[in-house]
Amino acid sequence: MNKVATTTARKQVSSGAKAKKFLADNGALVGLVVLGLALFIATPDFLTGPNLLNIGIQASVIAVLAFGLTFVIVAAGIDLSVGSVAALSAMGSAWIFSTGSMPGWVAVVGGLAIGTLSGAVSGYAVAFGRLPSFIATLAMLSIARGLTLVISDGRPIATAPEVSFLGGNLGIIPMPIVVLVVAGLVAAFILNFTVMGRYMYAVGGNREAARLSGVPVRKVLVTVFALSGLFAAVAGLLLSGRLDSAQPQAASGYELDAIAAVVIGGASLAGGVGRITGTLVGALVLVVIRNGLNLLNVSSFWQQVVIGVVIAVAVGIDSLRRKNSPH
Amino acid sequence: MNTQPILTLDSVTKSFGPVTVIKGVTVNVYPGKVQVLLGENGAGKSTLIKMMAGVHQPDGGRILVDGKEVKITDTKDSEALGIATIHQELNLVGSMTVAENISMGRFPRRFGLVDKRKMRETAREALAMIGLDIDVDLRVGDLGIARQQLVEIAKALSLNARMLVLDEPTAALTKREIAALFAVVEDLRKRDVGMVFISHHLDEIASIGDSVSVLRDGEFIAEVPADTHEDELVRLMVGRSIEAQFPRRREWDGPADTLLEVKGLSTKGVINDVTFSVRAGEIVGLAGLVGAGRTEVIRAIAGADPYVGGSVKVRGKDLPKSNIGAAIRAGVGHVPEDRKGQGLVLGATVNENVGYATLASTSKSGLVDRSGQRSRAQDIADKLRIRMHTLDQPVGSLSGGNQQKAVFARWIVANSSVLLLDEPTRGVDVGAKVEIYELMNAITAAGGAVVMVSSELPEVLGMSDRILVMSGGHISGELAAEHATQDAIMTLAVRDVQRDLEDKSMEDGHE
Repeated sequence: MNKVATTTARKQVSSGAKAKKFLADNGALVGLVVLGLALFIATPDFLTGPNLLNIGIQASVIAVLAFGLTFVIVAAGIDLSVGSVAALSAMGSAWIFSTGSMPGWVAVVGGLAIGTLSGAVSGYAVAFGRLPSFIATLAMLSIARGLTLVISDGRPIATAPEVSFLGGNLGIIPMPIVVLVVAGLVAAFILNFTVMGRYMYAVGGNREAARLSGVPVRKVLVTVFALSGLFAAVAGLLLSGRLDSAQPQAASGYELDAIAAVVIGGASLAGGVGRITGTLVGALVLVVIRNGLNLLNVSSFWQQVVIGVVIAVAVGIDSLRRKNSPH
Repeated sequence: MNTQPILTLDSVTKSFGPVTVIKGVTVNVYPGKVQVLLGENGAGKSTLIKMMAGVHQPDGGRILVDGKEVKITDTKDSEALGIATIHQELNLVGSMTVAENISMGRFPRRFGLVDKRKMRETAREALAMIGLDIDVDLRVGDLGIARQQLVEIAKALSLNARMLVLDEPTAALTKREIAALFAVVEDLRKRDVGMVFISHHLDEIASIGDSVSVLRDGEFIAEVPADTHEDELVRLMVGRSIEAQFPRRREWDGPADTLLEVKGLSTKGVINDVTFSVRAGEIVGLAGLVGAGRTEVIRAIAGADPYVGGSVKVRGKDLPKSNIGAAIRAGVGHVPEDRKGQGLVLGATVNENVGYATLASTSKSGLVDRSGQRSRAQDIADKLRIRMHTLDQPVGSLSGGNQQKAVFARWIVANSSVLLLDEPTRGVDVGAKVEIYELMNAITAAGGAVVMVSSELPEVLGMSDRILVMSGGHISGELAAEHATQDAIMTLAVRDVQRDLEDKSMEDGHE
């Protein structure tokens, strides 16, 4: 009897400590909840079904880009090309369907393949060409955008119905939200349960130690960039699906939002640290702020200022917290 | 002693959260004296010197400077009081010159521009104080670690430091460099600079120190003269006497198969025609001066670096060149020289670090065997007595000895039978050293083979069965453990094999 009581007490203590640790590890989530509460009080339009679905749709493209980028950042790289690769994949897919007159499913697979290939090229440049990932993907940013313009001649191209379906609804649930959830689950699964995923953390944490422990570092690097390209392609198809056409300037500058989402989510640009749940929260923080400021009629010019401040504050708080913890 | 101490830590205490790391410790630093802080890793030495440097503030007790109570709230305060700390990781900017580094943060200015002439002068004066004659326009990164350390000391002196805290200054130095450093310390002693000295090398204490403060688990144990016998120091430090410093046992009674066979191994520019073999149950020590090519031999065998000639066989099978994965599958385990930089992913958990080499081999269709990896890590951590709170704590938060055990654990889990150890006990305290030696005994008792690179001759003599000595990339000689002496090793270590070979070939030519 007595023994049972002590065990329960101990359990309570440890669950209290667990809650504390959870809060400490999920600063961005706390921020998101506070943000949500503040907007709930500030405007009745925030916590409504349509608005929440709207937030989900708006978050989908950024979040999927950011999921892919999380692999790269965990492995201590950076991918600046995700926006351009998204646009190239979407445009390539639309071209295969419209100009190439191929079936819609070929267009979808083709788009995904283009994204994966673009990422893999960056990955090869980093792993075997010894280019810093910043430079390799800066080059890919320009190359992919250029190819998008070449293929499209600067004009939008209509997408396949299979792609447009991604912009539609599944019952009452918008497809972009479904894609977001599936992409998030896949990414989290890869990072946590596959050998490749654990290798990514090892390579990001200490590349030399990983190599000497038998981790195939180059293969890991090519894989993370290829995955980033694949996820960028999914994001590109989502975006073009919503508009029913691939735009030559689509997703321009989105790489910065994606980087911000990953970093707000608690990943370290130094590598070895980062989680998909964090990245999702980071993307939602960005979108909820934009959504809230729109509802409050704040000009889009000021929104940019606010977003910048949020990025700086979120990451600043995080690094202060890390510094103050004993290890 | 009548002189007033420069600095006194008077029964200071310090806690981090619920953990008390310093419990009422008193330390005095006198001008012209070297106060040695001695204790195992985690005994509280670094917390004490961080108090002196203003990084940590004591929760209880007082800090006195020149007899007056002071608060040292940050490193600037400490600097202003004339206290300088020379950390193991030096605070220098490698890409800038010696002169710039010495004047860092206080560049002399002239018309708003940096007065380079003045800066060079300041640097030369500072270097002259410790008798170091180097070009002040050299980039610090181009200097060796020993010189960098001296530059840092010069920098501290030019900031009018009256007291230097030297945190394991000899850890990365060769014998000759240590002698040079000690000469500088001797000089500073004459200038009445007070010094705090931390080292894991007990043999250095008598030659450099005046008095030794021994700490154990955050408590002050004793203050003894520096010429106290090493065994007594160890006993004070560990709280028990360690039976044997080098407990080598040879317990393998199976067949003495050759596990590792290296033939004519040569790398570009460093090692030259290295041939040796290691049998089951055997520890082969690889001795020699720093730069003799010992690490390069080990790295080439492990597949970490390419080689241009020769072959490596494990259990009679050829290993492909520079293929770490193949080496691991063949049973080779490599404990690298730099534990933090090459051995471990410090930010990752103990569990992850122990499992890296087996992640792929135990996986099923690309998925990690999470529960298996975890239970194997837990088993080995228990067996090796890795002291930690949980498997999920970052490996970087363990003490040096336990970190090293985690690297060993990785290879034991991977069933490695040929262990290549590079300075396996560097930066590890006395107690943990013995545990690592016992680990080596256990590996050989199970029929494994060990190659151990070590710069500590007593360790090489105490633990090896055979000793290979390297010099200038060649193996300059082999000694059986029972006949080997430090002198014999050193003689071989400085032998110029290349020249001997040339002489011989010339003689042969004459015949």
